[in-house]
Amino acid sequence: MRRLPAGGRVDRGVPLRFTFAGRDYQGLEGDTLASALLGNGLGGTFRSPVLRRPRGVMTAGPEEPCAFVEVSAPRFDLIAPATMVPLVDGLAAAPVAGVGRLPGPGVDAPPSEHRYAHVETLVVGGGVAGLRAALQAAGRGDRVMLVDERSWLGGMARSFETIDGLPAWAWVDSTAAKLRGAPDVTLLTDATALGVYDAGSVVVHERSRPVERLWHVRARRVVLATGAHERPIAFAGNDRPGVLLSSAILTHLDRFAVLPGERAVVFTTNDAGYLAARALREAGAGVVAIVDVRPQAEARESALADGFVVMAGAVVAATEGTGYVTAAIVTGAGWERTRLEADLVAVSGGWNPVTQLHRAIGGGLRYATERSCFVPDGGPEWLSVVGAAAGEVPATEPCWYVPAEDLSEHFVDLQRDQTVADVAAALGTGLRSVEHVKRLTYIGTAVDQGRASGALAAEVVNQLLGAGPGAQGPTNTRPPWSPVAYHVLAGPFRGALFDPVRRTPIHAAHVERGAIFEDVGQWLRPWYFPRDGESMEEAVLRECAAVRTGVGMIDASTLGKIEVVGADAPVFLDRMYANAMSRLEVGRIRYGLMLGVDGMVFDDGVAMRLAADRYVVTTTTGGAARVLARFEEWLQTEWPDLRVHCTSVTEQWAAIAVAGPSAREVLRAAGTDVDVSAAAFPFMTWRDGEVAGVPARLARVSFSGELAFEVHIAGWHGRHVWEALLEAGQPFGITPYGTGTMDVLRAEKGFIIVGQDTDGTVTPEDLGMSWAVNLRKGDFVGRRSLRRADLVRPDRRHLVGLLPVDRAALLQEGAQLVDAENARAAPPVPMLGHVTSSYRSAALGGTFALALLERGRERVGSVVYARTGGTGAEAIAATVTAPVLYDPEGARRDG
Amino acid sequence: MLLVPCPWCGPRDEVEFSYGGQAGIAYPADSDALDDTAWADYLFMRDNPKGPFAERWNHLYGCRRWFDVVRDTATNQIMEP
Repeated sequence: MRRLPAGGRVDRGVPLRFTFAGRDYQGLEGDTLASALLGNGLGGTFRSPVLRRPRGVMTAGPEEPCAFVEVSAPRFDLIAPATMVPLVDGLAAAPVAGVGRLPGPGVDAPPSEHRYAHVETLVVGGGVAGLRAALQAAGRGDRVMLVDERSWLGGMARSFETIDGLPAWAWVDSTAAKLRGAPDVTLLTDATALGVYDAGSVVVHERSRPVERLWHVRARRVVLATGAHERPIAFAGNDRPGVLLSSAILTHLDRFAVLPGERAVVFTTNDAGYLAARALREAGAGVVAIVDVRPQAEARESALADGFVVMAGAVVAATEGTGYVTAAIVTGAGWERTRLEADLVAVSGGWNPVTQLHRAIGGGLRYATERSCFVPDGGPEWLSVVGAAAGEVPATEPCWYVPAEDLSEHFVDLQRDQTVADVAAALGTGLRSVEHVKRLTYIGTAVDQGRASGALAAEVVNQLLGAGPGAQGPTNTRPPWSPVAYHVLAGPFRGALFDPVRRTPIHAAHVERGAIFEDVGQWLRPWYFPRDGESMEEAVLRECAAVRTGVGMIDASTLGKIEVVGADAPVFLDRMYANAMSRLEVGRIRYGLMLGVDGMVFDDGVAMRLAADRYVVTTTTGGAARVLARFEEWLQTEWPDLRVHCTSVTEQWAAIAVAGPSAREVLRAAGTDVDVSAAAFPFMTWRDGEVAGVPARLARVSFSGELAFEVHIAGWHGRHVWEALLEAGQPFGITPYGTGTMDVLRAEKGFIIVGQDTDGTVTPEDLGMSWAVNLRKGDFVGRRSLRRADLVRPDRRHLVGLLPVDRAALLQEGAQLVDAENARAAPPVPMLGHVTSSYRSAALGGTFALALLERGRERVGSVVYARTGGTGAEAIAATVTAPVLYDPEGARRDG
Repeated sequence: MLLVPCPWCGPRDEVEFSYGGQAGIAYPADSDALDDTAWADYLFMRDNPKGPFAERWNHLYGCRRWFDVVRDTATNQIMEP
């Protein structure tokens, strides 16, 4: 194992320092970590994950099953095959036995970015076939992208003697130069196509430095030139360091000028082994013998003529060695059991076309008998497969495992430490399908998803079952083709950029006032405004008391607002809402429930009629987009004849609710030309005018049950009006409040929050809100469903209030309700419903809750039990009441 | 990711759209005339073929228009419009 003095495509003038397992070494520019390790005599320093057997570098590519490392510098990678880690100066790595470790806390994920590309032709794989395809596409004027997971182009060019009359690598260099010079051609190396998806969409992970990239590529045509991976053969000790695939030996000699051993035995099923044997001899190694399973082979004659020892019709049955290979045992018809001293066993069990990407997008597989492998078949019309991936691989004699009495060191999946004996044991349990064997043995489930082992495992199963080759194919694999870290998939969309944050025009004022915020959908809303170290509970009780006894104000700008305009707007809203919006007079406001076609409550809000053909409707904060989308759906798909346009105006308007007995005085003090007296400005009407010197729309609606005005102003006046109202309210003790207080105040009044007190299975009747349903006005969305048998069942759950018997006990939202006999019983017990909202109330002098309770309205006055702990835990008793617990006669709304 | 042909904006990535289920299920002209079974059939029952399927899409994060396409559910190929 050494670096050769000449040759290869490494730069001997640029030595690179690296550390491996804490010790310093040197490699060369152009190396992979694996080739640098081989060059330093470190090819066998790995361990297997389960059996802790010594393992070494076995391949020169992504199919590597043994040589896994954790990279700590220059960029952390928890597990990567050393064959795919480009050597850079200062690289630090250590061997990993199959299972990576996440970095500890405090290690930030490195930055990464997303890019998008649109091309006519995307070529996956930059070997000879891929380069040809890219050149052809560029020649017809396509925008072309070519990606290759390795650091270089050319793939297995070495397996061609000449291409188009040029030496293989000269052809690769000249073709790459042509492509680089062509317009609209992008060549990416260290770039892995993770998956090919519908309609030419391909996700590519580029391991660029310093920032990794995830490319979303949309291509009119995708060409898979993914090559073929050489297949190992299962024989005793086939996992020993020093057993390498023949293609790995070629690549390491050819690209990196490293010689993996001095005395080689070649074990082959096809002509590839002869290529490796010649390359080894050229590099100065001794080739002890070529062991060819084929009794007859053309290649044999010329090899014999060149002085090679060829053992035809023979197999390598075993290797010997403590740690590294020291000998190979050869047997065969006509051959004595022969022990050959060797430090290198080159194996070629045949070739597996890399069809995984093709298969995952719907391509099929077909067994090619002469080549002893599965080749791609069918697939979408925009996808083509070329070169070795398409099955252009050498004719191969089938040889999966070498029969022996003891099969317990015949490794099939080296990453899972699973042998032919393990596969036989799985079949012994009665399993017959490769997919089942995979799930029992875990073969094919390690980091490489069975690249090296998948086809072999399937054929071992076929052979053990006495079925012919190809009877069952390899197990299915799914994207990603190579493991990819979550931070790469996340790209920049993490932390503050994970999801947009929406702030109201008044947000800055809340921050200055020390508000604690709550996420409501994407909105940030003040939750409560603590004073002097108050807890949330203390702040909310204080804010609630202020609204009930004086005056408070809340930023209501997040309310969804949709303008519905057009001659048919009244008809349209009649069909969308459960109540009659067409009869609403201009200047008035009506509360409306919106139902799904299934009759369930979907959203609620108020409609203000601005003119005969113009309304503005409000929605729940989280429901604005949903409601607008629903309006559009019905308008476009069912009633395109209606002359109606819907426009979101949520962000155009800021809204401030001033609520409490002193609300009127506050508005007057802030300065308004609107007559806010009870007589001139009744409940559920709106008026346009000025507030604090700017145009405003005032609405007398109340979500607290108190006298209240919603002040709607242009967004850019929001902050000004907020401050003006706050200052004007000082003499009245005006108190800004947040959603915490709003929740308590509305629940005391039995006002629902859609999505909290409802869950998509709740009808207006369940809520006791049939008053908001007008069955006489004509059809509306959800109407017919309201009399479906299930919706008129007498045992449906009703919205009720709950008053805990212990007035200090707070029920848990979501707690299940049971009757007395099941208060402590072990589940399962019949559940009568659940708590939807639960708070402490200053006005009610204790805790209270809203709940959905089976036959709830019939149970008013009785006691139910809220279960929160496990079996035997104390359940909380609560008396069932009507849902409106505060001011049920509505005396307070006019102040 | 599907490439969905919006008739107004051209082919766009699937993430710009929301899916609307089977196409051609019209809202009954007289819902009151339907018995519970017929109403439930309108409400809940949809085809689930392997092969061509007429379905609705909404270009929600684009022009917000609804339209129909025919998609082969076995291959995800969009055949019409």
